[in-house]
Amino acid sequence: MLQQRSIHSSLGIRDKILSLDFILVFSILVLGVISMFAMYSTDGGEFKYHTNSHILRFFVFFGMFFIVSFISIRFWHETSYLIYIGIFILLLLVKYFGLTSSGSKRWLDLYFMNLQPSELMKIGLILFLAKYYHRISIESINSLKHLILPITVLIAPIILVASQPDLGTSILIASGGVIVAWLAGVKAKFFVISGVSMLALLPIAISFLKPYQKSRILTFLNPESDPLGAGYQIIQSKIAIGSGGLFGKGFLNGSQSYLDYLPEKHTDFIFTLFSEEFGFFGSLFILLLYALIISRIINIGNTTRSNFGKLYCYSFATAFFIYVVVNMMMVLGLLPIVGSPLPIMSYGGSSMMAIMFGLGIVMSCKIYKDVPVN
Amino acid sequence: MLNLGSGNTVIKSKLIGRRMFLITAAKAIVMVGLVGRLISLQINQSTKYKSLSDKNRFREWKLAPERGVIKDFFNIEIASSEPLYQLHLVPENSKDLDNLFVRLKAILNITDKKVFYLKKVIKKQKPWEPVIISENLDWSEFSRINLFLHELEGVEPIVSVARTYPDNSSAHILGYVSQISSKDLQTKKYLQDLAVPGMAIGKTGLERKLDEQIIGKRGYQRYEVNAYGKRIREIKIDEGQAGKSFKTTLDYEVQKFTNELLKEKAAAVCVMDVYNGDIVSLVSSPTFEPNEFVHGLDKTYWNSLIKDEKKPLANKALSGLYPPGSTIKTLVALSALENKIIKPLDTFRCEGKIELYGEKFHCWEKDGHGIVNLRKGIQRSCDVYFYEIARKLGVDRLSETAKRFGLGKKVLNDFFEEKSGVVPNTKWKKKFVGQNWYLGETLHSGIGQGYFQSTPLQLCLMTAQIANGGFKINPRIIFDEKNDNLRNYLKYKNKNPNEPLPNDLIVSNFDLQPLFKNQEHINLIKDAMYSSSNEPGGTSYSHRLENPKYTFAGKTGSSQIKRFTDEQREAEVKQISLPYKDRDHALFVAFAPYKNPQYAISVLVEHGGSGGKTAAPIAKKVIKKVLERHELRRNTNSQIGENV
Repeated sequence: MLQQRSIHSSLGIRDKILSLDFILVFSILVLGVISMFAMYSTDGGEFKYHTNSHILRFFVFFGMFFIVSFISIRFWHETSYLIYIGIFILLLLVKYFGLTSSGSKRWLDLYFMNLQPSELMKIGLILFLAKYYHRISIESINSLKHLILPITVLIAPIILVASQPDLGTSILIASGGVIVAWLAGVKAKFFVISGVSMLALLPIAISFLKPYQKSRILTFLNPESDPLGAGYQIIQSKIAIGSGGLFGKGFLNGSQSYLDYLPEKHTDFIFTLFSEEFGFFGSLFILLLYALIISRIINIGNTTRSNFGKLYCYSFATAFFIYVVVNMMMVLGLLPIVGSPLPIMSYGGSSMMAIMFGLGIVMSCKIYKDVPVN
Repeated sequence: MLNLGSGNTVIKSKLIGRRMFLITAAKAIVMVGLVGRLISLQINQSTKYKSLSDKNRFREWKLAPERGVIKDFFNIEIASSEPLYQLHLVPENSKDLDNLFVRLKAILNITDKKVFYLKKVIKKQKPWEPVIISENLDWSEFSRINLFLHELEGVEPIVSVARTYPDNSSAHILGYVSQISSKDLQTKKYLQDLAVPGMAIGKTGLERKLDEQIIGKRGYQRYEVNAYGKRIREIKIDEGQAGKSFKTTLDYEVQKFTNELLKEKAAAVCVMDVYNGDIVSLVSSPTFEPNEFVHGLDKTYWNSLIKDEKKPLANKALSGLYPPGSTIKTLVALSALENKIIKPLDTFRCEGKIELYGEKFHCWEKDGHGIVNLRKGIQRSCDVYFYEIARKLGVDRLSETAKRFGLGKKVLNDFFEEKSGVVPNTKWKKKFVGQNWYLGETLHSGIGQGYFQSTPLQLCLMTAQIANGGFKINPRIIFDEKNDNLRNYLKYKNKNPNEPLPNDLIVSNFDLQPLFKNQEHINLIKDAMYSSSNEPGGTSYSHRLENPKYTFAGKTGSSQIKRFTDEQREAEVKQISLPYKDRDHALFVAFAPYKNPQYAISVLVEHGGSGGKTAAPIAKKVIKKVLERHELRRNTNSQIGENV
């Protein structure tokens, strides 16, 4: 054991590079390049602010991804609680010092970028719970005593984020936490009970919703009821995607986005723009790319030895999947517009940072797959 | 501990693996669902969404087509299109609107009130939507604007076309154009395809009748617009198609001449070719200025038009209803002859009045005409003579003849303002008045009073159909092709009275329809009309034309507004001494030249008193003018005939 440990902790940089999952790295790079083209198109075929800063961010955080990968998984395991606490403190700072934009307080001004801690919390919560469930034995997982801490670390950031208000992100954070608990073996009964009690609390929750949040849910149910108001985004997005047809309108020819019919085209609706310009086959390609990334992450989870690594990889893969699916269902008119970015594709530094950080830890699991964490 | 721990770890990792498998399966299902949605949107419904996307992308601005031109018989434009100079302003292109308005005020004639209004409009609409600063600039203003254009950022001089009329001589028959109202859009089906905001459409007269064809096909400019409605680039422009132009049978020269004659009077004149029904002139007076209607009517002018008791807006020739008065006597006599009620030489004694069941029926000649036969009856317009024959004839037979000659129904097609008038009979009275017919009313009908109502155009048609020897003609105002069937037929018949018609004449005259039983009766009426105008004692003798080239045969008439009281009759009150509104309408119908009839005319002067004194002199001048232009007209006609 000792021998083993020493071997792996003294991996040379060459060994580390060689043990990277190249398929995963390549997929991320391809997706990143595609996202640059898409961003170039949203800028109307010019290198403008969004394109330039997206390209810069992608490469900065892609670099960060490698750095995170090369740091031992044991380090990440040991610092999991700290990372969570650090992000939680950032969330508290947002509450008091945050920047307000279009009615919600989500960002911290770091001078070189506006940081959105709620995006980081998506990863932070998974890390925390992966470590927590790694440590407790299978027999005690379902004991009430061991449910208190997970529930607390889950609820606290959600309340903070939801009160920003940012309903979409808080739900996505919660989904990550719930997945870790489920994978760790928390009984289905517990999820059912909490699900039912959530439903019971729903009317009260709705009464706390802001009017624009209520109208979003209502217009999702019937977008045509208010085609120029709240339903506008869904309708225009469906028109853009549908009019793309099989092969799309061609690069830089997406009239819906070019003529500003498409709202939020840099961020939440980037897939719509891509789908309008590259059609069904383009969309399918993106879907397959995401499927490939997710399957590689699961594969790493399969090969990694530690339960922390497995829990983290599986949970991250699932959370990643949920981010992709929620965003796509949203732009395809299958879910209300809740405001969730598409991983890697969407414009937004914090989201990019969180995803690259999360992927970095996955890659660290791969490189240090045989290193026991405790 | 280590072993236990590792065993625990293995069980745990198996549990994690199992649960992950479930999640992966769920993921696969969701992925399939997403692909399904993509297929549904991008493949199955892609046509629908493509058209929706184009609907987003493209916006069309309709372009008003150029209205077709209306010409007179000699191809002179009597309703044409002229360039219209407008000034538009696109607010977003101007850096300093206040300063711009100051500059514009210096160059153009813009009031502060207008500037205030324009600023209000600019605030209300999007900054790229143009505002019309001036609808109709004259040429000097327009050139001044173009001179200073470089200093006037945001200002766009626009050239378009608008209707214009050379003068007001044909205002009634041409009608006028004006902006489309919302009511027009509802009631006129064709406008649903043609309407362009701000377009002028025909509201009355020919402009209205021809509207559907004369408007043309609208064009459009298709622009790509962004989500805020701003034009990004022009995709396509279709200029549309100018409206069809029409040639009428009117003679602009005669129109001007007649209009001048009727000035200040409330009157109407119709002139018609007796063989093909071409309406040479149709004037109603007082006239109005049709150009005033094109660019939004001035309120004071409109008020002056509708308050005028002479009713300048009404086309009296088409829609004025007047009792035909003594002009109907030609038809009463004809009907009596055709129905064998009288013979031409049968006589009655006129003693100034007759009595019937205690009611007195007066002749206009208080002292009576003595012994009267048909010719003298028409010549002197003896009322008693016609009371007698009307009594024998009966109103039903009279009405049948009157209808045959075109009274009681519309003469032209599709003139919404045209009235059909009334030819009374026993059935009509039962139906519309709900009472039985009285014999006394037959007597009134015999001199064209009572229920009889006719338009000057109907009286003109009646006269034309007598003049041409009793053949039905179809009056027309739109010239489409030469129509000389009746003329050729009669020419041949006059030259070869006893020979059968050659084949080509038979074919082309298939539609000729005699209105008589015996043409001799028609000739008797024409002869009597001749004596009325050209023999001493005739009611219009003093206004005859002696040159045989112009000699006309006519019949006077006056339609009563108020029955004379016995006191007035005793006092021999003259029409001129009555208040204007109580005076009779003066009527005169005639055809000319007598020997070889070409044209029929009807003249009406509202409250003009006696037909012989007021209407006949007008007819005399118009007839002379028309006949002077006859050769020219015939030559033009034959030239066109060759071209066709």
